[in-house]
Amino acid sequence: MPKFEYAPAPESRSIVDLQASYGLFVDGEFTDGGGTAFKTVNPATEEVLAEVAEANEDDVDRAVRAARRAYDRVWGPMPGRERAKYLFRIARILAERSREFAVLETLDNGKPIKESRDVDVPLVSQWFFYHAGWADKLDHAGLGPNPQPLGVAAQVIPWNFPLLMLAWKVAPALAAGNTVVLKPAETTPLTALLFADVCRQAELPAGVVNIVTGAGETGRHLVSHPDVNKVAFTGSTPVGREIARAVAGTDKRLTLELGGKAANIVFDDAPMDQAVEGIVRGIFFNQGHVCCAGSRLLVQESVAEEVLDRLKTRMATLRLGDPLDKNTDVGAINSAEQLGRIRDLAATGDDEGADRWSAPCELPERGYWYAPTIFTGVTQAHRIAREEIFGPVLSVLTFRTPAEAIEKANNTPYGLSAGVWTEKGSRILAMADQLRAGVVWANTFNQFDPASPFGGYKESGYGREGGRHGLSSYLEASR
Amino acid sequence: MSTSLKAGLDRLPGVDQVGLEARAAQLGTRSIKTTSKQWAIDLAISMVDLTTLEGADTPGKVRALATKALRPDPTDPSCPAAAAVCVYPDMVPFVREVVGDRLHVAAVATAFPSGRAPIEVKLADTAAAVAAGADEIDMVIDRGAFLSGDLEKVHEQIVAVKEASGSAHLKVILETGELQTYDNIRRASWLAMDAGADFIKTSTGKVQPAATLPTTLLMLEAVRDYRIATGRQVGVKPAGGIRTSKDAIKYLVVVNEVAGEDWLDPDWFRFGASSLLNDLLMQRQKMLTGRYSGPDYVTLD
Repeated sequence: MPKFEYAPAPESRSIVDLQASYGLFVDGEFTDGGGTAFKTVNPATEEVLAEVAEANEDDVDRAVRAARRAYDRVWGPMPGRERAKYLFRIARILAERSREFAVLETLDNGKPIKESRDVDVPLVSQWFFYHAGWADKLDHAGLGPNPQPLGVAAQVIPWNFPLLMLAWKVAPALAAGNTVVLKPAETTPLTALLFADVCRQAELPAGVVNIVTGAGETGRHLVSHPDVNKVAFTGSTPVGREIARAVAGTDKRLTLELGGKAANIVFDDAPMDQAVEGIVRGIFFNQGHVCCAGSRLLVQESVAEEVLDRLKTRMATLRLGDPLDKNTDVGAINSAEQLGRIRDLAATGDDEGADRWSAPCELPERGYWYAPTIFTGVTQAHRIAREEIFGPVLSVLTFRTPAEAIEKANNTPYGLSAGVWTEKGSRILAMADQLRAGVVWANTFNQFDPASPFGGYKESGYGREGGRHGLSSYLEASR
Repeated sequence: MSTSLKAGLDRLPGVDQVGLEARAAQLGTRSIKTTSKQWAIDLAISMVDLTTLEGADTPGKVRALATKALRPDPTDPSCPAAAAVCVYPDMVPFVREVVGDRLHVAAVATAFPSGRAPIEVKLADTAAAVAAGADEIDMVIDRGAFLSGDLEKVHEQIVAVKEASGSAHLKVILETGELQTYDNIRRASWLAMDAGADFIKTSTGKVQPAATLPTTLLMLEAVRDYRIATGRQVGVKPAGGIRTSKDAIKYLVVVNEVAGEDWLDPDWFRFGASSLLNDLLMQRQKMLTGRYSGPDYVTLD
């Protein structure tokens, strides 16, 4: 029996006004969907939270037409300084309602309230504040004078950061003068629908933001709609491929932010305790549901044993359980389907001879749970070293020299992010130069900032989000 | 361990300031409620080294403090006693007179707080404190020697003071506010442990910044790693600037999650404080009665 057993400290869910059913948000109004309504559940308890409308082809068409109208009549012609006012207003309302958003995100997604409250929601309002600042300064975005918006943007986002990914997509699109039709993931639509309410509260002109809910079929209708000018997708590589095929041959612009299998490289002179923290943050943050997660730990052979000992000690202190408890570090896996995928892929690690070790935490009886797990003795030839697991599962590999670390880190079909841990500044710069990854973190991991471009190499997609680079994905240099 | 001393200390892993402070801040957000809080407050009270270190200290003043350390809350016999009373060496007999062998008596020795005196003086100071009845010696390291790179001298002095302390427990004050960098603090922690410290302590309380959560976290990592490396357990004592129950509980969370529950014990973790105790008492009364009292419901020192 531990001496210091923290009493439960649950966040109250009464701040959220959950409705029994939700419609689509089209042209400034909530409307019914033509498809078959589906249920969204709380992954921590399997409780049904609400019924959500499914948008069929006609609904998507209606949303795109509303966005086109708003683009032509209101949002496109509006001066940037006016658009900025709306974006600032949205940012402010999001900050004011942050607790409500954090609780709803945690209910729908399963991530710990600590993360939705301290990471997701603050970043969301930062994203809107940052882009509000750009709306009247597009001439200075590096695209020449008077760059033009693209038109209607079709945006499809994943379930791992439902509200943050919305902000990454919607804020730059609106700042640049585009209108949007956004489809949130079918397992996590609720915060996007609450965001629709924020748009109304901010008196955003009707049709500038439209939200259509549904699964893959709805997404297909949206990205292949003939009247959208830009498609932005964050999600899995297979779906990204499908979208690239659907868009090929049209004049639609496309950005894809797909999977990853990031290397987190720990040298023998690393700040050891902070490196262990970084490994934990790299792979167990958001239950490992992070496309840029540091899911491959490359540790220098001379310190491998020490790092692993420290890592296991640290992992034993992770608190898994009720995501609404303020002391929870690791929440629930987002869906039964995803839990199954994690289990299957982890099982291949056992089959191929890697050694599994899981943190000794008790799993709740109901809901979808997976204990933080590491596999040691992994080599580049193991499936768990190559395929994205998208869960709290870390593969540990070793290396002997910096050159070997680079070779192994780059030996992947992906290239979204990487981490380097060393006290030697020159080595950080040399590594960053040679790592084929969109983001390289030095002595930290999983840090996000609206001013910093984010995106991948190879099968991790193309295009960048955030910063000036992200803005350029929603603008056309004037000719 | 003479020639290898510096080499050994240089091989310690570095400390990343940003990462260390982020971890401390994160642990500081643990939400501690009701039963856990009640338990934590009682534990914190039992870990307090109730301290007075003023030039104006008198026998009357320290007798009063010692009485309070024995029975912090006179209205409630279930309230635990503090761990020790910490005074200047010449005040030790008056404390011992009051507490007998029911509490530890700690004396700051070795030309506290500057440490700027010949080693003979420091050793005499220590021996006098022990002779007067102190069973815990709080010594300060020679920061000048440390910062000028003469680690050997720092090491030798700690060894000598440890010997002069006899069976008394030796707490080595690093004065972390003067060491400035986290790398220095980690190095000084290992140096002190290697020289025989029973406790490592952050500050004299006379220099700002005194104890901070990141510094204490770092020292807890050091004692944890030292036990893994040598099998010997060393205690940690943050001192100076910890005033509220809320802060004290944050420190206990850090002890629990960094060093482990073996250190959640007055034998291995202490708070060097004077005003903290009254806040702990007020919080304790509030938890038992459901009402906040006020400063008049806890005793003066």
